[in-house]
Formats: sequence, C-alpha cells, structure tokens
Amino acid sequence: MTHVLDPGALTGGGSLTGPLPDPFADVTRSNDAFRAFLHGLPGVDQVGAETRVKVLGTRSIKTTAKAWAIDTAISMVDLTTLEGSDTPGKVRSLAAKARRPDPEDPGCPAVAAVCVYGDLAGVAKEALAGTGINVAAVATAFPSGRASRAVKLADVRDAVAGGADEIDMVIDRGAFLSGRYLDVFDEIVAVKEACGSAHLKVILETGELVTLDAVRRASWLAMLAGGDFIKTSTGKISPAATLPVCLVMLEAVRDFRAATGRQVGVKPAGGIRTTKDAVKHLVLVNETAGADWLSPDWFRFGASSLLNDLLLQRQKLRTGHYSGPDHVSVD
Amino acid sequence: MTSLFEYAPAPESRSIVDIRPSYGLFIDGEFTDGTGTPLKTVNPATEEVLSEVATGSTEDVDRAVRAARRAFTRVWGPMRPADRGKYLFRIARLLQERAREFAVLETLDNGKPIRESRDVDVPLAAAHFFYHAGWADKLEHAGLGPAPRPLGVAGQVIPWNFPLLMLAWKVAPALAAGNTVVLKPAETTPLTALLFAEVCRQADLPPGVVNIVTGAGETGRAVISHPDVDKVAFTGSTEVGRSIARAVAGTSKRLTLELGGKAANIVFDDAPVDQAVEGIVRGIFFNQGHVCCAGSRLLVQESVHDDVVAALQRRIGTLRVGDPMDKNTDLGAINSAEQLARITELTAAGDAEGAHRWQPEGELPDRGFWFKPTVFTDVSPAHRIARDEVFGPVLSVMTFRTPDEAVAKANNTTYGLSAGIWSEKGSRILKVTDQLRAGVVWANTFNEFDPTSPFGGYKQSGYGREGGRQGLAAYLSEGHEK
Repeated sequence: MTHVLDPGALTGGGSLTGPLPDPFADVTRSNDAFRAFLHGLPGVDQVGAETRVKVLGTRSIKTTAKAWAIDTAISMVDLTTLEGSDTPGKVRSLAAKARRPDPEDPGCPAVAAVCVYGDLAGVAKEALAGTGINVAAVATAFPSGRASRAVKLADVRDAVAGGADEIDMVIDRGAFLSGRYLDVFDEIVAVKEACGSAHLKVILETGELVTLDAVRRASWLAMLAGGDFIKTSTGKISPAATLPVCLVMLEAVRDFRAATGRQVGVKPAGGIRTTKDAVKHLVLVNETAGADWLSPDWFRFGASSLLNDLLLQRQKLRTGHYSGPDHVSVD
Repeated sequence: MTSLFEYAPAPESRSIVDIRPSYGLFIDGEFTDGTGTPLKTVNPATEEVLSEVATGSTEDVDRAVRAARRAFTRVWGPMRPADRGKYLFRIARLLQERAREFAVLETLDNGKPIRESRDVDVPLAAAHFFYHAGWADKLEHAGLGPAPRPLGVAGQVIPWNFPLLMLAWKVAPALAAGNTVVLKPAETTPLTALLFAEVCRQADLPPGVVNIVTGAGETGRAVISHPDVDKVAFTGSTEVGRSIARAVAGTSKRLTLELGGKAANIVFDDAPVDQAVEGIVRGIFFNQGHVCCAGSRLLVQESVHDDVVAALQRRIGTLRVGDPMDKNTDLGAINSAEQLARITELTAAGDAEGAHRWQPEGELPDRGFWFKPTVFTDVSPAHRIARDEVFGPVLSVMTFRTPDEAVAKANNTTYGLSAGIWSEKGSRILKVTDQLRAGVVWANTFNEFDPTSPFGGYKQSGYGREGGRQGLAAYLSEGHEK
C-alpha cells in the first residue's frame, strides 16, 4: 500500500490562532478559568486504562490483517535521527531509506516523514525533494524546552525557513506542572503562528507529566491551542510512548472532535521498536478513536529502529521465512 | 483515503482437543455407563452435536455416593493433610499444562469467546486449586476452630455459565477440607467436567474422591436428596435454589446456595468516564451476560446520563460479536435455545413496558443461538427488565440524582449478589459501599474474581460464601458451629 499524504489534511486544518472552537471559547479567559476547565475533564483510572490496553493487546492480527497493518505502520513512520552527532551525510542516508525502505522490494511503501533537528531541515528538504515525504523538524529548544520564548520562536522560524513541513515542539513542562496552564497555552499559540503553513506537533513529554490525568489535561490544552498533532515524547526521557498514555490521548482526540468537529492527530514516539508494538498501537487506534485515524495524516510513529523490524516482518510475510538483520539497511 | 482495519479471522484450532462420540459417568475412578437416557450436548455457536453424554439415574447417583463415602472413610479422610495438598497442587498444575485443551473445549461446549475461556476461566480454575491446595494442611489456622473436620460427602450441582470455573469453586475447597465429592455438571455443558475427570486420573487421585454424574434436573435432585450426602452446594437459578432448600429442609445436610442477581452498577458524575464505560461493558457483556453477578442495572447520575449512554453506545459498536473460537471475538453465543427464548421474552417485555431498546448495527451468524448486545434506556424500577434476572447481554439504564437515591434504587431488588461504584471520590465510594446490600461491591472495576476473596449473596441471591477462609467454613464442621 502506498499512501500519498493528503496535503489538505496537513495544512488546511491549520491557523487556529484566532478564536477557540465553539463550546470552549471562554475557557482561557484567565489561568483560573482554564485550570477549572482542565481539572473538570473526566478523570482517568490508571488501573482501568491498563486493563483496557492489556485486553486489546490480545487481539490476534494475522495474514491479511497483519500485512495491512505492517504496510500502514511503515507509511506512518516519522523516520527520526536526533543525535548531537547528526551530519548532512547521515540525514541524506536516512532520506534515501525513507523513500525506499526496502531496497529489495519496490512495492514497499515510503515512510511519512523524516524527522531531524532544525539546522538539518534544509538538507532533508533537498534530499526528499519530489518524493511527497515530509520534513519534520524538532524545535523550541528541543528536548528540554528550557529557553526563552524568543529563542524558541526563532528556532521554529529557522526550521520553517529551512524547509520543514512539520514542526515538533515541546511544551513547557515546568509551567504545566506548576499549574501555569495559560502560559503553556499561549506559547503553543505563538509557536503555531510562527509555523505559518507548517504543521504543528505538540510534544507533551508524558514521561515527565507522569499521571494519566495530566496526560488528558495536556492533550486538551494542546488541542485547544491549535496543535495539529499531539505527540507523547521526545524520546529522550524514559518512559517514552506507552500504550496507556496513547489510549488516553486517543480518547482525547476522539472527544475533542466530537465536541468541536476538528480532528487532531496522535504520534507516539520513543520506545516503539517492534512490529508487535506497532500493531498493538494500531489496534488501539482502531478501537478507540476509530478508523478515521488509521492514516499517516492522523497517526504517526516517531521511531528509528521500528522501521527495520517492520521490514523484516514484511519480508517474512512475503517469503515465508525470517531473514537476518543484513537483509535490511542500516541507517 | 482511510481503510478499515479488518482483522483476519484467527480461529483457535480445535485439533488440540479430542472429543469422544460418547461419554459415561465418572464413578469410583472409572468411566461407566449411565442407566438413564443419554443426552446430546451441542455447540451453541453452530448447533453441531458435539457428543452424547450419559444420564445418571437414582441408582447411578447412589453408586457414586457410596464410592464417595468409601473413599472418604478409607482414603481421603484419614490421609495426611499435606498429602491431600499434594494432589490438589498436582491437579492445579495439570489444569495449567492442559489449559489450551480446556479453553477450547469450554468454548466449543459453552459458546463463550475463547479469549475469555483462555484468559479468565481456565487460569482462575487453576488458581482456585492452587489456593486451596495451600489450605489443605493449614486448616487449623483458618480461624475456624482449633481442629476443624471435614463433613463427609459433598453433593454439588453447578450451572452452565462457567462450567469449569464453577467446578473448581466447588471441588477445590471440598477436597482441601477433606471431603469427597459427587458433582453434577449442567446438562448443556458437561464436557470440561468430564475432561477434568481425566485430569483426576492423570493426577492419580484415589478412586471415589471425585465422582462426576452427568444428567439433567432429575439427576441433580437425586444428588442433593441422597440420604448419605452430608453437604449440598448449588449454584444456579433462584427458582431451583428454592426447591433445593425445600428438599434439604429438615435433614442434617449443610447447604450453601449461590443464586441469581440483578446487580446495580452505579456511575457518579465524577466517574472516570472511559474506564466506567469499560466497566459497564465488562459488567454486562462479559460471558454474554451469563453471569449471576452481572451489572445488569446501570444507575447513572442524571447530569451525566446522556454522555455516558452516548459513550457506551459508541463502545458497544466496537464489540466484536461472532465465532467464539476466533481470538478476536468479544461476545459469543447464547448457551442454549431455551436461554435465548428467555432473553427474547424478557426483552419483549422491556419494549412493551415502554423502555427504549438500542442495539448496534451488524449481522448475527445464521446458525447457532445469538443475541445482540442490547441497552434499554428510559427504564423505570417498576419494569420487569429492571427486576428480573435476564441472564443475557441486556443492560437496563436508570438514573438517580443523589447518592441516597442511588443507594435506595440499588437496594430495591430481591437479590443482593454484587454491585459496582464508579467515582473518583474515595470517601463517597466507602460510604456508599457500606450502604449497599450486596455480597461483593466493586469500586472502579467490575467482575473481578480471586480465590482469596469470598463470594456470595444477600436475600434471594442465596447464602454461604465461596472462596477465601469463609468459603472453607462451608466444608468443615466444628469450626463452623463454633
């Protein structure tokens, strides 16, 4: 299956820097009001969420369903390199892999995007020219987010100027945890504006928010502020993406669309390494938010090593036997 | 652009289990013919006849009771308690080793999804044997007297909703306490009990300690009314429970009854909605609603009624109904044509009384006994569907305004087996729990079972407890009278 990203889905939903969606027009009038709103969201029972995820984890995905899931998962990958030692050569190599993940099989779908640090967005853009694969850049003083707002916004503008189609921002976890919700909100609104036509993914860094109640509040905050995607993690903090967190975020986007008519995507990132993990996430999407989210326009995997496992499993389905790690390319 | 994620069928293979064309009774360690007219057991999902099973007559039951008495006085009673424990541990391990076989057979015979027989029934059955194996040589420390003694021969009659699990609930404590057993499984679901008989032989359990006599109501009556039975344990309908109580009255037999239920599942306005919806689903659609403690009356605080019902309907729309052998199935077949007829009749009463019926889209299989997951809203406590036990995938939704009203409505039933509370507020959970007349109250969860936790009811849900120390008391003398 080859999936061509729907450009309308990525850019059209944008520009929500104006008034808030209808039923929530008033909730950000003050920090107290916003706090009351976020804390008034239904609670999350941790045990119940974990039980639900465990049950869905026993879904048996085989044969045609597995083949579909693997190809869909590949098309949802944001192939990522976020190392201090990244170079243009490394990014070009990743771009080559993104456009043709399995050199032995041209029928293998391309990934959704290549995700790099902002200074390498230009290199990625050039390497991916004409492929339909997006360039995603992390910005806003990734991964800590500890910089002044001016620096963060400059970081965003720089990445967009370099050609980034998608910006992955981090929220100010310090402000969130100390209850300064309006500050976090304002910052996302400002970043969204700085993105221009680029698509904004808001990283909640759920491993630092810890509780599922906080994950639900942060999800709503990010969606109200205009985020096009909500993303679990930077990949630099453990735990990163977990299934219960993803469940709560999927419930949030589902409820948000029901309330406002606006659809927001979800991106688990970090720690998803195996096809089995990826398939469990897809089952979660299918049975929580629904089939509308089963596309790279609305669901992504932030991953680097996941792709090779997907490719190995794909080869297994095609040939009937397992091949070794030398049958897929190193990044 | 989006494609549906169509899960490919993933049916469990039935080749692991060897179903014989006919089965006899298991008496004194041997399979023997029954003298009654044999009955056929069918797969409720396909109506295929699985096997023919012997029916025990009064004479057969008498043979079984005599075998049990012999085993009790000569072998099992005098045996060192630690050795009894060894047998129970061995049975528990064999249940685990043959788990897949038991799960497949249970699903074929009962119609429940393989996911539930595999993940719930069989592991819990093994857990009950492990738990009670541990008690076998520690009975004097159970707080039931300094030297509690077994009662003798236990006559046990179990239902069709959890054939293997109910067997474990009955047999494990009886044996751990030193009693021997004559057990009659339900007429529609005898096969896992007969496979259990094979496990008893594999474990070298002395002959006569466990006897299994298959058959219908007549056979059950013979078991409970046999003069040499010391203890009667029954799980099933309140109607049959009443007749058993009458039959046992005036004799020296001990009696415990686990009967029907009409549990209230109370959702307060501060509940964790998504998890509450999961709990409502688990409460009423687990095992097709064939659960005596099913949360069949949903009491929702009026201020969140519409939201909860909408979320519930959306969630029910994702339930996968169909082939119970498919690992992805959530809701399987109704156990029998009779039960399906009863569910159909009671839901028709719901329509007639003015409640509003809702069922999800989708087709049911052509063959077999099926009923769609069903939600009735606008239900009043005066409606039959709010009072009678449907024992099927049918939920009745009512509302309340204050905690007091919730408690009053929850307790307004002739039953009292279980209840559920959904709230983020711990103090409210504790207060309401105290006021509910139910044997088990689950908070922010539903239908959780554990061998260490006693289970039993108030009012017409029966008397006595199973599981935990309290469950042992029903199989011991001295301690019980102390």
